[in-house]
Amino acid sequence: MFLSPIRYNRMPIVLEAWESASSDNRIKPSSEDRAFRWITGISASSILLLMAGLIIVMLFYSHLALREFGFGFLFSDEWNPITQKFGALSSIYGTIISTVIAMLIAMPMGLAVALFLTEWSTPKAESFFGTAIELLAAIPSIIYGMWGLFVFAPFMADYVQPLVNQYLGFIPLFQGPPMGIGMLTTGIILALMILPFISSVSRDVFKMVPPVLKESAYGLGSTNWEVTKNVTMPYALQGIIGAGFLGLGRALGETMAVTFVIGNSHRISASLFQTGNSIASTLANEFTEASEPIYLHSLVALGFVLLLITVITQLAAQLWLRHVVKKAGGR
Amino acid sequence: MNVSTPEIGIVTKTKNVRPKTKKELSVEMAVHNLNFFYGDNQVLFNNNIDIYKKQITAIIGPSGCGKSTHIRTYNRIFELYRNQRAVGEIIMSGQNILDSSVDPILLRRRIGMIFQKPSPFPMSIFDNIAYGLKINTTIGGSELAGRVEDALKRVALWDEVKDKLSDSGTDLSGGQQQRLCIARAIAIEPEILLMDEPCSAIDPIGTAKIEELMIDLKSLYTIVIVTHNMQQAARVSDYTAFFYEGHIIEFGETKQIFTNPQNQQTEDYITGRFG
Repeated sequence: MFLSPIRYNRMPIVLEAWESASSDNRIKPSSEDRAFRWITGISASSILLLMAGLIIVMLFYSHLALREFGFGFLFSDEWNPITQKFGALSSIYGTIISTVIAMLIAMPMGLAVALFLTEWSTPKAESFFGTAIELLAAIPSIIYGMWGLFVFAPFMADYVQPLVNQYLGFIPLFQGPPMGIGMLTTGIILALMILPFISSVSRDVFKMVPPVLKESAYGLGSTNWEVTKNVTMPYALQGIIGAGFLGLGRALGETMAVTFVIGNSHRISASLFQTGNSIASTLANEFTEASEPIYLHSLVALGFVLLLITVITQLAAQLWLRHVVKKAGGR
Repeated sequence: MNVSTPEIGIVTKTKNVRPKTKKELSVEMAVHNLNFFYGDNQVLFNNNIDIYKKQITAIIGPSGCGKSTHIRTYNRIFELYRNQRAVGEIIMSGQNILDSSVDPILLRRRIGMIFQKPSPFPMSIFDNIAYGLKINTTIGGSELAGRVEDALKRVALWDEVKDKLSDSGTDLSGGQQQRLCIARAIAIEPEILLMDEPCSAIDPIGTAKIEELMIDLKSLYTIVIVTHNMQQAARVSDYTAFFYEGHIIEFGETKQIFTNPQNQQTEDYITGRFG
């Protein structure tokens, strides 16, 4: 406080006071730490409690369905509120198929976007595209849903589906009426939604590849593609897989956009032009209609299945990642 | 000799830097009036130097004097980065390799490069060596395996790794990794090996092995090494160029440079008065 010699003169007194204070109240710092430990500990354990609570509540509100249908719930594609027979298979099928279509499109496209930005574009173009990608990620899913239903689905019905049907119609996947909405359209919309995540994460990963590694490959007379294929991609593999699972997790649970364009019919069809449903879209559509307890319990059970699917894919991702890291010899 | 050079408007600081040699040596690479720019910032000024065939040329000088930048023009690796630009001539086999008609990919197959930090690819030891052969040739099978073995034997790494060829190259020690990188570079039989401070990240034993290796490899390749270790330059090289602030101050036989430097700055540097 005092910058004059007075401060110096008072020093011994201050020190004395400090010493007595610390010997009297030695409890003080440790009680602070105790509070600190408790607050952080409680916050951390609340996550476990939340998880456990979630599972218990879901099981409680689905026990009627689980007791009634047992494991058959997973394998029956019958979903009939009138006869009160419920099975999750068509929703599970729709969830998986739409996600697979989305990943098949978004993964290569996302990597291509990321590679273009890191390998070819000028710094100006990179920042422009980078911002555009981030904006794409910020669009609410309801917008994708509306755009999908009013703009993209008619486009699919008028132009894409007739064309695909004409040339690839001999494959059962591409048979059926060109309705616009349906599994394929859903998959494409999902792909657009997860594309920004995949491309921005993999762009960051590609940027972390050490320049000396790429220079070494160029130094041996590699073309840009050879460096990308043999050095950049293997080095970034772990991060690419991470980017993929980020997109996958989002595609599995996406509700609003899917509900708009999937058609919401409880059926399993070989054709991607046909309508279907996903777990999330079924839940969004039917909760308000579920008047019977068994109906409501079946819906909650469906939600529980979605939870299991996401948990299992995330665990599988972790295990696979560990395997890949081991195989690559670590870094 | 005096081929038409682009007008740059920079006065060469030293006139005759070409050494007077008693031996008749053929010139592998002749650099004329090489200037280099990072954006608008010029870092090399009218460099003139002859790189002799199957000799080791050392490039010495204090940090930031343009040594690395200079050899990075030889295989045009600088072109990977925007706003880096080289002006001048580097004549190899009668052709200016800086000319845009020269394909840098083909050029780099003739000029191998070793970097400061060992840079094994994220793949097995075998695949690291086979990489250059796979992208540049169509050989495969036992012939490929033979070439990989040859390359590893030439860098004296074969006995250390022959039982673990499928292990990751990144699991080796630093010195072994660097020898792996040298083997990777020589597997495709280049004419010139550029080494950019190859021992700066390697322990003394690894360094000694690499120096020994360089002298071995001299019979097959022209070697240019950038180093800021003057003892290393004195030990391994036949010719030495002293760089200072982007200029080649003196170039001559290593013995002469270290015992009887013609230039005051060279003398100050090698006697440790600055740098």
